[in-house]
Amino acid sequence: MLKSPATHSSTTPLASNDETSKATKSRSDFWLNAKDKYYAWIFLGPSLLILGVFIFYPMLKTLYLSLFLTNTVGKPTVFVGLANYINLLTSADYLNSLAVTMVYVLAVTAITIVLGLVLANFASKQLAGIGIFRTLFSATMGVSVSVAAIFWLFIFNPSTGFLSLVSTWLHLPQIGWLTDPTWAMVAVIITTVWMNLGFTFLILLGAMQSVPTTLYEAASIEGATPRYQLFHITIPMISPTLFFVSIITLIEGFKSFGLIDLMTKGGPTNATNMLVYRIYKDAFYSGNYAQASAESLILTVIIAIFTLIQFKVLEKRVNY
Amino acid sequence: MEVVAKQSLSHKILNYALLIILTVVVLGPFLIGLWTSLLPTMDIAKGNFLSLHISLTNYVDAFTKTPILQYLGNSLWISALTTAAQLIFCSMSAYAFVFLRFRGRHVLFILFLATMMLPFEAEIIPNFMTIKAMGLLNTYSAMIVPFLTSAFGTFMLRQSFLQMPAELKEAADIEGLGHFQFYWKIVLPYNRISLITLGAYSFLGAWNQYLWPMLTTFSNAFRPVQNGLRQLQSEETFNDWGMIQATAAIVVIPTLIVLFIGQHYFKSGVNEGAVK
Repeated sequence: MLKSPATHSSTTPLASNDETSKATKSRSDFWLNAKDKYYAWIFLGPSLLILGVFIFYPMLKTLYLSLFLTNTVGKPTVFVGLANYINLLTSADYLNSLAVTMVYVLAVTAITIVLGLVLANFASKQLAGIGIFRTLFSATMGVSVSVAAIFWLFIFNPSTGFLSLVSTWLHLPQIGWLTDPTWAMVAVIITTVWMNLGFTFLILLGAMQSVPTTLYEAASIEGATPRYQLFHITIPMISPTLFFVSIITLIEGFKSFGLIDLMTKGGPTNATNMLVYRIYKDAFYSGNYAQASAESLILTVIIAIFTLIQFKVLEKRVNY
Repeated sequence: MEVVAKQSLSHKILNYALLIILTVVVLGPFLIGLWTSLLPTMDIAKGNFLSLHISLTNYVDAFTKTPILQYLGNSLWISALTTAAQLIFCSMSAYAFVFLRFRGRHVLFILFLATMMLPFEAEIIPNFMTIKAMGLLNTYSAMIVPFLTSAFGTFMLRQSFLQMPAELKEAADIEGLGHFQFYWKIVLPYNRISLITLGAYSFLGAWNQYLWPMLTTFSNAFRPVQNGLRQLQSEETFNDWGMIQATAAIVVIPTLIVLFIGQHYFKSGVNEGAVK
């Protein structure tokens, strides 16, 4: 695909359609290409600089720091090779963080997709005023992390919260939503799902609306029930979008920080101490920059794997 | 036919009922939050949730006793500058990848794509040190400079630029338009829908930043609204549930209005950027 500037002047699509003045053209093309190189620096320069300083350099620096011991200001002191990684992967505490993150990410993704499908399925029906419901269902897209945390912290509040009140009214046992390790995880999952729902709904609805209606008409003539149509037409037809949303939700889940910080601070007893929260704590509270760097790199590898899977699948549908 | 029509009527009612139930479930946390923001904190503390002492006192308190307006202003400024910068720099780099021929173009594009795999959350340690070394801690710049451009934005605009008809470039060449003129006069106006979409994404992305501003700002003068709300909760006001809910409502209502107006663009943007 890529041609060197010298050979590519006569075949470039922008210049090749003018055959009559080829002799003079190739000369001016040479200058065009030489100029292109100069323009490329101007057009790409700012972005390259920013990505270099704040994305590429820090990745290499993180890798570097993860191979050392560091002092309290993050300067490397002793080279220790992979010791930080070995320590992490043999520490019950870190394995617990990996496990709770996995549970959280998988639960959030599965529940978000199922609820998103339910909402999108109802909202794709041809009914008067359905547009209002579509708008309302997508509303949580406008909720930022700290607003969501305030709403749900009140709902889960042990003494005066909404769920506590409901339990009292219905004479149900009180649940320690944010004080019990298991329920704290459930609370964080519920809040995350709620935050994700608007976006997921909107994407799935868009996909459902692009399924050709003739498929449903044909199925209706054959006597297929709505349920059959959902599972045998809609879901298979929107499976690429389902895949896309799932990966996005997974990746965002691995990066979760705000809700943890606002709702549980990793607790109780590390029950919600997820990967990014740990990095933050280890680096900026404990001053253990080397270990936090190794944790950062493990997180990067996890996210890179899912992103690569996403690219691989998208590649088939995106024209480069 | 009669039977079908009757069935579909009862079906319709059932559908509406289910839609309304789903709406209440989805909007529940909003409604609870908005309702409690109107109640006196005393009533909330006593569990008197169905109190009729509704007023806007909590909102008045939020505006007068907390720096919520300062936080909102900070966020608005940071998000606006980030959005403007991303629109300029992402469109410039997308232009280079589509309309310029130069050695290493393919390698650089792969490099851009690769940055989408690297989570910013995993790079906070060196980035914190960089910002500190630049003397930018506790400034607006700390929250803007690392996000002046984005690989996602470049990728999304590149997809959009690639779909421009080739005749436009040919016509521009005949007219003798240089790259800057073609970029400014033709490419940007032609792709305005994609630019608006990217703008909305950039704005929302900047608005929702949490971890990075938390690390780099220490004073209310620069603190954006997400971290401001956290600050309010960690202060004494935490027990003042009515006022806390009012601050949340003050933050969420403008976002919802923007979202409802801009919904169309978000949808087309996701389709353009990824699902195409």
